[in-house]
Amino acid sequence: MSVLAIAEHRRGELRPVSIEQLAAGRDLADELGGELHTAVIGGDVEAFGADLNREGVDTVHTVDIGEEFNHDVYTQVVTQLATELDPTVLLMPNSVNGLDYAPAVANRLDRPLVTDVVDIDAEDGLTATRELYGSKTETTIDVHAEQAAVTIRPAEWPTIETDGDAAIEAFDATVDESAVKSTVKGFEEVGGGDIDITDADVLVSVGRGIEEEENLDIIHDLAEALDATVSGSRPLIDNGWLEKDRQVGQSGKVVTPDVYIAIGISGAVQHVAGMKGSDTIVAINTDPNAPIFDIADYGIQDDLFEVVPALTEQFQ
Amino acid sequence: MKILVTVKEVAAVDDEFEIDGLAIDDRYVTADLNEWDEYAVEEAVQIKEAHDDVEVVTVTIGPSETDETIRQALAKGADRAIRVWDDALEDAGLLDPETKAEVLAAVAAEEDPDLVLTGVQSADDGFGATGVTLADKLGMEWGAVVNDLDLDLEGGVASVHRELEGGVEELTDIEIPAVLTIQTGINDPRYASLRGIRQAQSKELAEYGLSDVGLDASEIESPLEQTSLYEPETEGEATVFEGSPEETAAELAELLAEKGVTS
Repeated sequence: MSVLAIAEHRRGELRPVSIEQLAAGRDLADELGGELHTAVIGGDVEAFGADLNREGVDTVHTVDIGEEFNHDVYTQVVTQLATELDPTVLLMPNSVNGLDYAPAVANRLDRPLVTDVVDIDAEDGLTATRELYGSKTETTIDVHAEQAAVTIRPAEWPTIETDGDAAIEAFDATVDESAVKSTVKGFEEVGGGDIDITDADVLVSVGRGIEEEENLDIIHDLAEALDATVSGSRPLIDNGWLEKDRQVGQSGKVVTPDVYIAIGISGAVQHVAGMKGSDTIVAINTDPNAPIFDIADYGIQDDLFEVVPALTEQFQ
Repeated sequence: MKILVTVKEVAAVDDEFEIDGLAIDDRYVTADLNEWDEYAVEEAVQIKEAHDDVEVVTVTIGPSETDETIRQALAKGADRAIRVWDDALEDAGLLDPETKAEVLAAVAAEEDPDLVLTGVQSADDGFGATGVTLADKLGMEWGAVVNDLDLDLEGGVASVHRELEGGVEELTDIEIPAVLTIQTGINDPRYASLRGIRQAQSKELAEYGLSDVGLDASEIESPLEQTSLYEPETEGEATVFEGSPEETAAELAELLAEKGVTS
């Protein structure tokens, strides 16, 4: 009745979700009355292993294979680890890389997979909480199986800061190289412009609510009046209305300005991940139920096409 | 060359809505082509336009009500469509990624595509896992969250960018045949032309039941059961300014000035 959490690292750094998983995993292990295992694959496994030794972890497994993430390698190694350790719950990050191997592992182990879980408990069988329709609703899912695979949404569980006294063990995995059919060639930072939005004190950030590219004029006018920098949510970047390096969110930049003015941004979880650390968050949105109001400090629930020009006027 | 594109109709929910049991009341729901799948269809059609002899086939799990959405993909350039549905799927409740992949794999086994494109996720249930599960079932290679694709058909390699978190992209070469899950922003999906819409009406839309693709109902029993649906409690403590746009703008301007924001 154990739990196994698979860590994630990139370019020499353990990603925070690796530690957050341990908090989720410890709770589950307590409910199941079992041990919490975690494993790290590739890179500087010694340093990662030491870092994963946090309070509540029973064993850290290090797998010294490769440097960076490769899904073919991870799929094989995690399948072997899970077969060997036979955990009741296999936890993986609901990250871009997590979603690049977790489904294949679940398929090979013939375990049901519940992804993007925001809450989970094992007290009376496994029950996971997920969001549906963006973040508009939540749903609970009962898992009717003895063992399951689960991917955990980043930033939903606390980080464990206290060191632990886990056993650190090297795991000897075998990789069938003929089944490795993808090669990671490198990384690239997204660019496009010459502004660093992470440096801005005030961000005027715009989302899908702006409707048309030409409507962006009112946003630029406001930014100019406030001496602020313009940033945006994913749909605007996808449409090519703003340069890629102005994207705030999980796949864009993480920003922490003094003031973040979210205009016509509903506040999908991927966006919020990039701006929730702002000192003061102001939201302007027609929809009073928009999730952005849950994290905003101040809000105007009205038509941005009326409010934004009126606000600009106040500063001219 | 054949490209199979998985296409799903999703429910877009109004700002204000009511929940009816385990679903959103129909009155507040609009059906639409899943946004991520729209980019997958566009990518397939662009490959077809750039190479000779490419056929683009869409596959959908869904009832006949989804035909209109499927025709949108046909109107944008897909050659033909396959839709799988029957009573067993209707009664299955929550279709988890494994169950969906099982059905899609059965169709793919029949169609034998060189490339399968799926959306990264669907806008409604958002599992984000069907594409990779499908690849593994088919014994194909895969790549998740692809936002740039350069296809070398002779070399049998798809050079992709995978969009990681934090403004970083991973550059990866993937052997084909492969399943690629397509991220929004990879291209600029076209609007269907009037001619395209007309032509879509006469394109083949094949309807299959589970037995037509070699499956029986016992193979699609989902181990996941949805037990509740509710609106999350808001944690919001925002101070909401009330009044006309001029009044709220003035209040906000005062606040911003207090925070040191000036022109």
